[in-house]
Amino acid sequence: MSSVLADVLMVIALVGALALVHRPFGDYMAAVFQSGKHLRVERWIYRSVGADPDAEMRWPAYLRGMLVFSAVSVLFLYLLMRVQDKLPLSLGFKPISPDQAFNTAASFVSNTNWQSYSGEVAMSHVTQTAGLAVQNFVSAAVGIAVAVALVRGFARSRTGDLGNFWADLVRCIVRILIPISVVAAVLLIAAGAIQNFGDIHTITTLTGDKQAISPGAVASQEAIKDLGTNGGGFFNANSAHPFENPNGFTNLLEIFLLLVIPFSLPRTFGKMVGNVKQGYAIVAAMGIIWFAGVIAVTWLEYAHPGTASQLAGGAMEGKEQRFGEGPSSVFAVSTTMTSTGSVNSFHDSFSGLSGGVLLLGMMLGEIAPGGTGSGLYGMLIMAIIAVFLAGLMVGRTPEYLGKKIGTREIKLAACYILVTPALVLIGAGVAMALPEGKDAMTNIGAHGFSEVLYAFTSASNNNGSAFAGFGANTDFFNTTLGLCMVLGRFLPMVFVLALAGSLAEQKSVPETAGTIRTEKPLFTGLLVGAIMIITGLTFFPALALGPLAEGLAS
Amino acid sequence: MTANIKKQEDSMSTVTPTRAPHSDVPTGHKEEGRVGAGLFDPKQLLKSLPDAVRKLDPRVMVKSPVMFVVLVGSVLTTVFSFKDPGDWFGWAISAWLWLTVVFANLAEAVAEGRGKAQADTLRKAKTDTVARRLSKDGKGEEQVPGTELTIGDLVVCEAGDIIPGDGDVVEGVASVDESAITGESAPVIRESGGDRSAVTGGTKVLSDRIVIKITTKPGETFIDRMISLVEGAARQKTPNEIALNILLASLTIVFLLAVATLPPFADYAGTHLTMVVLVALLVCLIPTTIGALLSAIGIAGMDRLVQRNVLAMSGRAVEAAGDVSTLLLDKTGTITLGNRQASEFVPVTGTTEAEVADAAQLSSLADETPEGRSIVVLAKEKYGLRERHQGELAHAEWIAFTAQTRMSGVDVDGRKVRKGAAGSVIAWVREQGGEVSGDADILSNRISEAGGTPLLVAVEDTDGARILGVIHLKDVVKEGMRERFDELRRMGIKTVMITGDNPLTAKAIADEAGVDDFLAEATPEDKMALIKREQAGGKLVAMTGDGTNDAPALAQADVGVAMNTGTSAAKEAGNMVDLDSNPTKLIEIVEIGKQLLITRGALTTFSIANDVAKYFAIIPALFAVVYPGLDRLNIMDLSSPDSAILSAVIFNALIIIALVPLALRGVQYRPMSADKMLRRNLGIYGIGGLIAPFIGIKIIDLLISLIPGIG
Repeated sequence: MSSVLADVLMVIALVGALALVHRPFGDYMAAVFQSGKHLRVERWIYRSVGADPDAEMRWPAYLRGMLVFSAVSVLFLYLLMRVQDKLPLSLGFKPISPDQAFNTAASFVSNTNWQSYSGEVAMSHVTQTAGLAVQNFVSAAVGIAVAVALVRGFARSRTGDLGNFWADLVRCIVRILIPISVVAAVLLIAAGAIQNFGDIHTITTLTGDKQAISPGAVASQEAIKDLGTNGGGFFNANSAHPFENPNGFTNLLEIFLLLVIPFSLPRTFGKMVGNVKQGYAIVAAMGIIWFAGVIAVTWLEYAHPGTASQLAGGAMEGKEQRFGEGPSSVFAVSTTMTSTGSVNSFHDSFSGLSGGVLLLGMMLGEIAPGGTGSGLYGMLIMAIIAVFLAGLMVGRTPEYLGKKIGTREIKLAACYILVTPALVLIGAGVAMALPEGKDAMTNIGAHGFSEVLYAFTSASNNNGSAFAGFGANTDFFNTTLGLCMVLGRFLPMVFVLALAGSLAEQKSVPETAGTIRTEKPLFTGLLVGAIMIITGLTFFPALALGPLAEGLAS
Repeated sequence: MTANIKKQEDSMSTVTPTRAPHSDVPTGHKEEGRVGAGLFDPKQLLKSLPDAVRKLDPRVMVKSPVMFVVLVGSVLTTVFSFKDPGDWFGWAISAWLWLTVVFANLAEAVAEGRGKAQADTLRKAKTDTVARRLSKDGKGEEQVPGTELTIGDLVVCEAGDIIPGDGDVVEGVASVDESAITGESAPVIRESGGDRSAVTGGTKVLSDRIVIKITTKPGETFIDRMISLVEGAARQKTPNEIALNILLASLTIVFLLAVATLPPFADYAGTHLTMVVLVALLVCLIPTTIGALLSAIGIAGMDRLVQRNVLAMSGRAVEAAGDVSTLLLDKTGTITLGNRQASEFVPVTGTTEAEVADAAQLSSLADETPEGRSIVVLAKEKYGLRERHQGELAHAEWIAFTAQTRMSGVDVDGRKVRKGAAGSVIAWVREQGGEVSGDADILSNRISEAGGTPLLVAVEDTDGARILGVIHLKDVVKEGMRERFDELRRMGIKTVMITGDNPLTAKAIADEAGVDDFLAEATPEDKMALIKREQAGGKLVAMTGDGTNDAPALAQADVGVAMNTGTSAAKEAGNMVDLDSNPTKLIEIVEIGKQLLITRGALTTFSIANDVAKYFAIIPALFAVVYPGLDRLNIMDLSSPDSAILSAVIFNALIIIALVPLALRGVQYRPMSADKMLRRNLGIYGIGGLIAPFIGIKIIDLLISLIPGIG
């Protein structure tokens, strides 16, 4: 079987599995968030944090809950890393430095999972399991909760109530993330990933060198790392490490886990607003951009010029031999477009133009299909912008799902789309203007610039992957990137929740023949076009000086 | 109440002018779309140039964030050109940036200029009126300037006087020439009491004497408001315009960031970007096209209404008109011709059709109402009965039609003939000792069910008093209404017919006209309830009205169009006034509202789509020096970096001027479904907006490269 055919079959299997699962899974998630019952374990959690899960919250209360919870998480994680040497199972690791601890805490709470450290030689068992792994669950659940609040904003009318943050958070963890993670972890262990709390093994290699082999609860963290679009690997090599991702099957399973929640949430959305077709239009826009990325990167990697590449059948530098061209490319596109940031190959080594596609995937705002929850609300914000333009063109003041897009709504949507471009461009601009930017590069020329641009794009969009080699563990980058992650995560959420509140208060406008049909392919096309033009064009000059300059040079 | 409404409908129909539209207002043909086509004369551009330059004042410019950025950019490039005066490129860019700003102001100035002429005519009408104010004791009379009148003053106007201010007639009847406001030269009747008591300052009394109670302060009169409306002085940004401005401002900020962070990136790459180049890039990227034309589009939209003799009291109302999903239309005058007409004579058993026709005609000779006339005409046309005149019959005693008796007829040669409303005629027959045959009842019901109005014809002669037959009066639905309602339905607008008729009649007419729903035996309370019900479901409602009892409903409706012939209460309550008092215009108002929004959306889409081509012109021009590979992006094959940047800037400026006519005229509008309309407009303005600048920039580059020493 040729490798191209194998790649095609893999993509078919992946898309087939997603298509099969997204309906029942999306419906299940809708049922979870609309259910009136509490499980016993959930009641126990509500009691211990003193929350009333049945109290409806208006948007400021919902926001307050979310921010307080996240702030406490950052603080807890920071302290844990600072005192990890004094706790059991420390493996003898020193406490993490303040700037790196801040960066890492910000990174895991914001669902970014940017890692300026190597997990296996820095983080103790307690930090990994009680700190980082917990955040993998809760940060993903926070994103989904905010998305659900926005969906309720569309679904409800003449009420300011958006549901209960604590109930949404806890249910998401207990009923969605944990069960799937358990199943996925078992599958990963069965397929060869490791899971233990052992000590470091020191072995002697064939050439007589000593090598330290790190153990750990890898499979369990691997499952939620991908399912929650977190991306923080147990090992520095992330999913390229054979303990995390041993073979082609686990690779496919991990890609599936990356994509399954983001691609199923539009169904949940459709279900909750009472029109599943609206969900299909959103998922179609996500799918089109994702698929275009897959095709582009795979093709560019196969077509990479150069003697070595052509002999190897494609650009294989930085990729795992056990995966090959297609599975590496599909993983790379899926991880950048889902705000996951786990990697099974080094994005740094992709050809210039493919690197550009991966960058663009993040720059679009992580919406195709995007992170857990954040992908859905990001795409809905773009849909509001698209509706605003298109709605005018049918001669009505714009409305989406029966809600008027007026001054307040467009103001909040405009603020949302301003945040990440501002963080990326200002961050990269400052880094390039100061010596710190150039010092951190491991390459010269356009590629060196791409590294800096990639770092800020990844942090601001809460992706977390990096152009490998980039020396990010400095005070400057730990601090600036940490800020980008926090602001890039929570500022948009403020606008999303305010928007949700404003939508929920409106009464619903009934659909007529004069209403723009947002469930039709035409609107999906318009949405994709608006995303590419509005978000894509913002970064065109920067992309031209990085990946485009590099890719078009040859 | 039912009868009251009927009467009102009748009175309305008699005063509804059916004149042709102004000759200078192009109404367009169906194929072109009914709205659209405001005239645009290129000479207006030149005439408005001084105004455009005056608008360069930063305090004015700051209201449009996009153009303000261009203004700042122009100043910056000019300053930098002074620092390096030998650089032709800096000067050329500066010049074109200034032109961009001026072009934007020009668009607004032209739009405003069109209203100015109208305002001047109106001003002439209100200058220097002298009022004859009655003193408080009601005896004496004093001369005061019209500007010194206060609310509650009583003024006298006689033939030849200009009415000094808005008010209601409290005494007398007069014919008034309102052409100063409506453009309609035929005089109208104004009388105390009832729905025709309102008079407008600036109009002229042609005959008789009236006493007017002033209801508006000087400076706030209808004519004052009209002047400020057509001039655009009172123009406030509408909600949707504000929202669009926010979106444009945020796009501007995004692009500002993209350009402002470029120098460190470029320095690293090894090339220095000058301020001139950065400003040029920024101006090309921010949505200048829509930013420049946005306010002109709004002004022109209001202007299109004014051209159709409709005054919108707020821009919000015009936007709401585009969103309307329910139209309440009065039956009489809007859906049907003003008057019912006789369509057939139906005999009861034992009489012939000809007999009925003869009796009907005879009894209607003394009926001067349009219905009465139509009976005489039908008898003549269908049965060849010559129209007799009242003088021909000697010794005849004529009984004229009155609203009280609801019957007319004649007593001649010992024979009494009557025709009229069923109740009245039956009562008369019984009074004369006659028997009413059961036939009459059945026939009347059949006519009612068919949507007609039955009139009975009766006679009393030697055979005694009896019913001869029934006249079928029919509402005549205006031509083309069904098609119009079908179009509205495709646009997603529901039509509801409002009538004082009974449900049976109403249903028949509703079916014939093709409206979606009807409200029969409508009282003002019913109307109000209907509006509230629709609004509770999230719908926007538009209606017309003229009576004082319409006022609450007019105020409640999202778009309330008051007829100019109506009472001042109605005019005060509505948010639009139709000077022609033509209820059919509601449909046009909706179309104009939609057209306004479409024009905004289309030009925004066009403006944003333009950016793609500009990138392909400017990015290779800036960076191909350091990264030669980027020259592959120069797909337009532009001759030199300088020429590429300049061409993009020039295109950016010229496209504004090129689109001024479209902004003023509005995008062509045809009623169709939202889906079709989106596909069409997205094709023209989205795809067109992607492609057009590639061609435009290439052509400009070719021309520039012909200039010796450049390129």
